[in-house]
Amino acid sequence: MARVFIPAQWRDLTGGISEVDVEGNVLRQIVAGLDARYPGVAGRWCEDGAIARGLAVSIDGAVTARGLSAPVTPQCEIHILPAIGGG
Amino acid sequence: MASSTPANKKYKVIGTRPVRHDGADKVTGRAIYGSDLRLTGTVQGKILRSPHAHARIKSIDTSAAEKHPGVLAVATAADFPDLQDKIANLGEGSVNLAHLGANVLAHKKVLYKGHAVAALAAVNPHVAEEALKLIKVEYEPLPSVTWVLDAMRDDAPLLHDDVRTNSMGKKADKPSNVPTHIHFETGKVDEAFAKADVVVEREFKTASVHQGYIEPHVSTALWNEDGHLTIWTSTQGSFTARQQTAELLQIPVSQVTVVPCEIGGGFGGKIAVYLEPVAAMLSRKCGRPVKMVMNRDEVFEGTGPTPGSFMRVKLGATKAGKLVAGEAWLAYDAGAFPGGMIGPGCMCVFSCYEIANARVDGYDVLANKPKTQAYRAPGATQAAFACESVVDEMAEKLGIDPIEFRLKNAAKEGTRRVDGPTYPRIGFVETLKAAQASDHWKTPLTGPNRGRGIASGYWFNIGLKSSATANVNSDGTVNLIEGSTDIGGTRTSIAMQLAETLGIAAEDVKPRVVDTDSVGYTDVTGGSRTTFATGMAAHEVGLDIRKQMIERAAILWDCDPAKVECVEGVYKSNGKSLSFRELAGKLGHTGGPVVGSATVSPEGSSNGFGTHIVDVEVDPETAKVTILRYTAVQDVGTAIHPSYVEGQMQGGSVQGIGWALNEEYVFDGQGRMQNANYLDYRMPTALDVPMIETIIVEVPNPDHPYGVRGVGETPIVAPPAAIANAIYRAAGVRMQELPMSPPRLWAAMSKSSAAKNSPAKK
Repeated sequence: MARVFIPAQWRDLTGGISEVDVEGNVLRQIVAGLDARYPGVAGRWCEDGAIARGLAVSIDGAVTARGLSAPVTPQCEIHILPAIGGG
Repeated sequence: MASSTPANKKYKVIGTRPVRHDGADKVTGRAIYGSDLRLTGTVQGKILRSPHAHARIKSIDTSAAEKHPGVLAVATAADFPDLQDKIANLGEGSVNLAHLGANVLAHKKVLYKGHAVAALAAVNPHVAEEALKLIKVEYEPLPSVTWVLDAMRDDAPLLHDDVRTNSMGKKADKPSNVPTHIHFETGKVDEAFAKADVVVEREFKTASVHQGYIEPHVSTALWNEDGHLTIWTSTQGSFTARQQTAELLQIPVSQVTVVPCEIGGGFGGKIAVYLEPVAAMLSRKCGRPVKMVMNRDEVFEGTGPTPGSFMRVKLGATKAGKLVAGEAWLAYDAGAFPGGMIGPGCMCVFSCYEIANARVDGYDVLANKPKTQAYRAPGATQAAFACESVVDEMAEKLGIDPIEFRLKNAAKEGTRRVDGPTYPRIGFVETLKAAQASDHWKTPLTGPNRGRGIASGYWFNIGLKSSATANVNSDGTVNLIEGSTDIGGTRTSIAMQLAETLGIAAEDVKPRVVDTDSVGYTDVTGGSRTTFATGMAAHEVGLDIRKQMIERAAILWDCDPAKVECVEGVYKSNGKSLSFRELAGKLGHTGGPVVGSATVSPEGSSNGFGTHIVDVEVDPETAKVTILRYTAVQDVGTAIHPSYVEGQMQGGSVQGIGWALNEEYVFDGQGRMQNANYLDYRMPTALDVPMIETIIVEVPNPDHPYGVRGVGETPIVAPPAAIANAIYRAAGVRMQELPMSPPRLWAAMSKSSAAKNSPAKK
């Protein structure tokens, strides 16, 4: 199972829990699985069927460019971060 | 004296210092910059800008300007499609097109002095400037706000009545000048602070500074009769400029070609479009090429500075010098539209250290200033100024050498950042050890009013998408076609990676940066990604060509390709061999030309760490700070072309010195910038700084075939903190506000002196 690190600002939805293990092969399944357990997560994570603008998802340290279709491996770490660019 | 690194023994080309491929064109003045372009029939475009920092536009009357002799077209926001709430993905991130469009030409309100309101094209710039005076704009002035904390107040003037605070997807219900609140928290922060032996907490302020590229924004657009739009422009990303322009005009990207001209600096400020869509609209209206060039005051007042900021940083440590708790509260202004640099600021503030218990709050704040844009490690320099100043003070309180203190707490492979991810192999410890072993650190600093400071800095360095194509010529040279605008010598650093892969000389690769019709999609030159990601694409191209060349050799030798090997550019099989050049000469007989192509989209950060040492002297009477000696140490992964790596380290350091000591936007009480020129906005010149010494540390990046890490941004992060720490040792005052200009430092020194001499202290 993938381990999702719950952002501090979502922990009101998880009762303060900061790490949750979720089944799934792609990110979309992780979002759905987490939302099933903690309703409201998908509404914060996604917008118009995609990762919400301003957010980025790091899977094992790599910020994915594949959106909700990003492959997810067992025991991987998933972090939700602010999107960054650079100068 | 700049130190150098010997050529990397692992490679033949990488680590050497060939003459840059575009060198002759640049030094002879033959390189074509945007301003050099002269298309037949070109007319000049000019922009009318707001005199107010905040005002409602009641009406715009362009009729007199339209009738003025020599005026060919006039445009306002009304000529552009209505883009309410439309979001476009620009590769680096999504953008609200309504905000982007309203920044290009104001809609119902002007949000900063210098905000573009209307534009016109005329037969020459003088007629254009005269005609601008005939455009009548009726404004209803509104209260304005430029300081970030003032803008956060409940009674602050609201810039947008439809912006509500977004807290990681949770939206507030009332309008606010705070579009984004970020909060990270890990461990038990309050408990850890309570147990800490020493706690240091300080507040910091930084002024807005500009990227300060020498070449102003310049664009020429030709909207052809067949509906095709071509734009020649100075941009960090031709594909991003194409998409932004197409989106703002609501035309397909295939209808737009962007030709990137040579670029005289960008540093993050030439990613968003300003002139391109306006020149396009004027061209569509008048049927002529329209050229637009900003004046320097327009660059300052109309384009993106970096955020002004207020920060509070608190650290707790044990007597033994182990950091146990951290807390940061950061507010960065975003300028007139949401989407500033607060995200990376929050992610970078504690990124150099292993702190098990940490909390960070960050606020993106609207203010009546130009929309902030990225500037070299956007958001990180401010955060490092705060954190590294507190780290220095903590080390002093504990009586621990500042490098030793950093070594005790340095982030390393496996360290979890406050925002969550853990680092792969990184080289922060190595930069600290290299600094410790440097001649600079080991040489005592003597003399009155002098002090030495040290600070470290971090920048992520991003990946994103890059494409490249290469054609093998019959003389054994290779034409490399790429889409990355060359700002810092990347033609050569990318060509060298292709040359290394093919086993040929760097000079035998002929790199060319081409337009958006002529190469695969490539993201911006920014985020310190180009040598890393486009270099990775060039490596893939090399592998593709090598495979094809092996197949051609196999045809010549009538053998299985598996029996052909390539060793350092020589193709061999069963006692026969051909050099790359010899084999290239025979391609016509083996099936025709060989063309290699690749596209990559690396997803990891290449994680750049640097440590800077600076010696300063503070004039006790004027508080002028003189930089006596400066050394920048940085882990660059692998230095492809060490001269360019050193150049990036030196350039970033000097920009950081300017940020530290002099540069700032000065506003009057009505939010109007008072120093929009290079006489009054003081950037460092060659006379202000010594030769910046560089120490290149090479801890190869495991996620790149040649170990490359991004280089360009990290060097700007540490300088303000390093200089503040040096000033403390020279003058006895800890500066908590940038710039540390003579008036500000003099006031702090006077206050400190008065406090020491007060009866209570005696």
